[in-house]
This record gives sequence, C-alpha cells and structure tokens, in this order.
Amino acid sequence: MKIKRKYVSLILKYIVIIALSAVIVLPFLWMVTTSLKPYSKIFVFPPQWIPIPPQWSNYTEMIAHSHIFLYMFNSLKVAVLRTGGVVFLACMSAYAFAKIRFPGRDIIFIIFLGALMIPIEVITVPLYLGFAKISMVDSHLAVIVPQMFGLAGVFGIFLMRQTFITVPNELMEAAKIDGCNHLRILWQIMVPIASSTIFALIIYTFFQAWNDYFTPFVFLSSTEKYTIPVALTLFTNEVGTDWHLVMAAATLVTFPLLVIFFIFQKKIIASLAMSGIK
Amino acid sequence: MKQQKRTRKGKISRLERNEYKYGFLFISIMLVGYIVFLIIPLISTFGLSLTNYSLINGSQYVGLENYKTMLTDDPTFVRTMWNTLFFSVLFVPSSIFLSLGLAVMLNKNIPGVGLFRTIVFTPYVTTIAVWGIVWKFVFQTDNGAINLLLRQVFNVTGPMWLYNEHLAIPVVVVTAMLKSMGMNMIIFLTALKSVPKMYYEAAELDGATGLKRFIYVTLPSISPTLFLNMVVSVINSLKVFGIIQIMTEGGPGTSSYVFVYYIYQMAFKKLQFGYASAISVFLFVLIMILTIVQWKMRKRWVYYEN
Repeated sequence: MKIKRKYVSLILKYIVIIALSAVIVLPFLWMVTTSLKPYSKIFVFPPQWIPIPPQWSNYTEMIAHSHIFLYMFNSLKVAVLRTGGVVFLACMSAYAFAKIRFPGRDIIFIIFLGALMIPIEVITVPLYLGFAKISMVDSHLAVIVPQMFGLAGVFGIFLMRQTFITVPNELMEAAKIDGCNHLRILWQIMVPIASSTIFALIIYTFFQAWNDYFTPFVFLSSTEKYTIPVALTLFTNEVGTDWHLVMAAATLVTFPLLVIFFIFQKKIIASLAMSGIK
Repeated sequence: MKQQKRTRKGKISRLERNEYKYGFLFISIMLVGYIVFLIIPLISTFGLSLTNYSLINGSQYVGLENYKTMLTDDPTFVRTMWNTLFFSVLFVPSSIFLSLGLAVMLNKNIPGVGLFRTIVFTPYVTTIAVWGIVWKFVFQTDNGAINLLLRQVFNVTGPMWLYNEHLAIPVVVVTAMLKSMGMNMIIFLTALKSVPKMYYEAAELDGATGLKRFIYVTLPSISPTLFLNMVVSVINSLKVFGIIQIMTEGGPGTSSYVFVYYIYQMAFKKLQFGYASAISVFLFVLIMILTIVQWKMRKRWVYYEN
C-alpha cells in the first residue's frame, strides 16, 4: 500500500515536471524553428519542428536589415561597465562598513539601505530632466550610472558586507603589523577571501543589467545606442508580422547567453540563489 | 604617569583619525553618487509633483492640485491602480504557490531534477524582450500556437488573448510568472534544505506526516524566506513595466495600464512632468510602506532564525 502510494506520487511529480518543462521549452523551440522557416510555413499546424530545408537566409536578411551586432555590443558594454562599477563600489564601501571604525558608520549604512525602497522607476522624471540639462540623456552613461548608486549598488554593498564581516579581525591585525594599509588589506586579503561572493555579485548584477528594460527604454533615443531589449521591441514594431525575422533576431541574441548559462549553470544557479537569499 | 597617559591617548586618537580618514575615503564615491543620483532626484520628485511642469506651460507651483486630480478626476489613474492591484493579486499568490510547491516537490532528490532545475531557470537568464516577444507570438489571435491548437484540435475559436481587456493582464501575469519561477523555486529550495533534519524527526515521532508536517514544521521554519519572497514579489509587481510594454503597450485601450506604464506615458509621451511625478510619489509611498512592514516583521522573525 505504502509502496504503491509512493509510486503514484512519483508519477504525479514527473507529470508536473514534464508539463512545466514543456511549457518553457516548446516556446523556445518554436522560436528557433520559426527563425528557420520561410514566411509561408510559419503558421502551418501541426508545426513542422524541423524545417526542411532550413532557411538560413532569414538570418542574413535580419542581419542586413538591423544593426543587431551593434545592439549586442551596446548591451554587453552597459552590462559590463555597470557590473564593474557595482563590484568596485560595493567592495570599497562594504569593507568600510564591515571593518573600519568611523563616526556615523552605522547610520550611513542604514541610510544606504533606504535605496532598497527607491526603485529607479520612481525617480526617473527628475533623472531624465537632470540628464537632459547636461545633454546626457541619450547616452550610455545615463543608463549605467544611476543604477550603480541606487538599488544595484546598495544591494552589492549589503551582500559584500555580510561576507566581509565574517572574516576574522586577527587576519587584518596581522596584515596591519606587516605594514599593510586598508587599501592593501581590502584588495590583497579580503577580496580573494570573498571571491565566491564577488562572483555571485557579478553574475547577479550582470543579468540584472542585461535584462534591464526600463532605463534604456526611457533614456535612449538614437537607434545606434539601443541595447538588445529595446532594439528587439523596436525591431518587432518595424518588421511587424515578419515573425521569421523577429525570431531570428531573438534566437541570435539568446544563444550566446544560454550557452554560457548551460556551461556554468551549477555555479550560476548557486550564485543567484545566494544573492537572492541574502 | 599623567604625561604618559596623555601621549598614549594622543597616539590612539591619531590612529583613530587615520581610521576615520580611510572609512570616509572608502565610502566617499558611493556617498556622493548616492546623494546626486538618488536623494536629490527623490526630493525633486516630491518638488515636481507640486508643480504643473510640462514642456508647454513651463513650471508653476500648484500645491496638491496634481494629487487631487489624480485621486478624484482621472479615470485612467483609477484604472491604472486597479490594474496594478489585479496584476499583484494574480501574480504574487500564484507565483509563490507554484514555486514553493515545486521546491517542496523537488526537495527529495528524484532522478532528472538537475535537468528540470536548469530548464526552469532558463527563462530567468533570457532577456525579458525575447521572453515577452516569444509569448506574444504564442498568444497571437489568428496564428498563435495556442489558438492554432484550439482551432485545429478542439475546433474552438480561441479568444483574442492580448487584445481582450479581461485577458490581457492574466496573459502577461502567466508570462511573467514563468520567467521568475525558477529563481523563486531555487530560493525556496535553499531554504528548505536548511531546515534541520531533527525537526522532521521530532515531528515524525509525534506522528505528524504529510500536510501536517508541512504546516507545522516546514512552513514556520521557512517563514522568513517566504515573507521576504512575498514582499519582493509584491514590489516587483507594483513596478512591472517591460513585459507590459512589450506584450500589450498598456492596451487594449487602457486595460493593462500599470503604475510605471502610466508614469512613462505621462512624462515621456505627454510631457506632463509634474503630474507624472505625483504618480511616482504615490508609487514610492506604496513601496516604502511595504518595505518598512517587511523590515519590522523580519526583526520579529530574527528570533526564530536564531
């Protein structure tokens, strides 16, 4: 009886798992196959999962009609610079908050944490007007910088501080006796010790930046500065119902990131879980 | 003796002063950036919300006029509020229920879990534009996968999903939920794994199994994670924008307008910066209340965490 119930529950589990996997995988598959079909065959049902022959020319046509590689470069640039900035700022400030004594330290830390309730969406209007005043609205800087000092940066400080605090003070004292100042203690002792947290922070911030839709959408107006998410939406509006071209673009921009994800998935998932819990 | 003490004191204070110097130096860039890019804009949002600043009529102080219009004389704002609430009410419980359910299910290792975890996580690392566009394609009225399936297999004419005022938000909710499900599941899974085994053993001795064990042992043990996840989900649903812009553009009509979408429309389409700021302040206050509630509750829970 008990064994039978165990099997039933196992089978139920697999049904749920397989159904949900299908819901997630099938749209992706459909995206890829659509990108390889001529327009006339996109909506044939039941769908032809493996288009014969695959129409690779969709990709060349899509590449010719858009600046897809430029958008990918822009996205990469924005994500890398923002991640770099966040990691640098987070390490510096978190170290000060965790290991240096100075007046007002804890108050300032709590004020920083206040940023967790000020999403950029809420302060966009003055940010936009401010950047407009110095003619910087339509620039990557406007997309990169505010978030570095806002939610993303403060989250980084919080995460790094949690780790730095656990490093025993004796280690620092020893380094101090050897004549290290705080700057060297931070970069030569603390950062290597906290490397797995830093890796987690890098992954988390990078995906956040890569996924960021709102800021580039609001700030950027010249096409050649668009990041992938904004460019894809624009592209969809431009080519309209040319779904095979849209899907070719979607596939092309998804592919590199998915490959990276699949290769390092264990570490990436662990990192993201770590930053999500803290 | 006295002399010695004084020099010692002086020496310490010099060391301390050195510490202060490093402390402020290390946080200085962040502090300046924080003030310039967060505090000043936040104060300006409040300030702007009291003006009728727009590109056309310049800027004039109008007091609480914007708030009055917003709450009493703007059907679109009311609609926006209900829509956002509707989104949250659909999104938060179903998202928590599904990801917690999955986590509980996968807590005991069964073969193939690793692959499933990877699959569920894939949408999280896919850019929102791709995810939104693909699902828009799936939910198309004439030739979308779902309606093709309904027509060809069940011989039913499917609804105009994204162009139906009652269905647009639910469809977006499903899409958004599938995207974040993997991340939430992993967070719950980590929390579940950290519940001490002896709790379960004790519960078993007391004869609690299955659902009972879940309610009396599992749920209290993971309550901090559960609550945090819930609040984060609520805040995220209050500031949803991208997926709405990609899939419905607020439509049909205003039936999927949400807070941030309305802010965007008012500020950057109609150039009514004052009014847009008033909506921003409203949203900020909502988020602030939720965050403070979460912090208070979390403090209460620290007791259990230890």
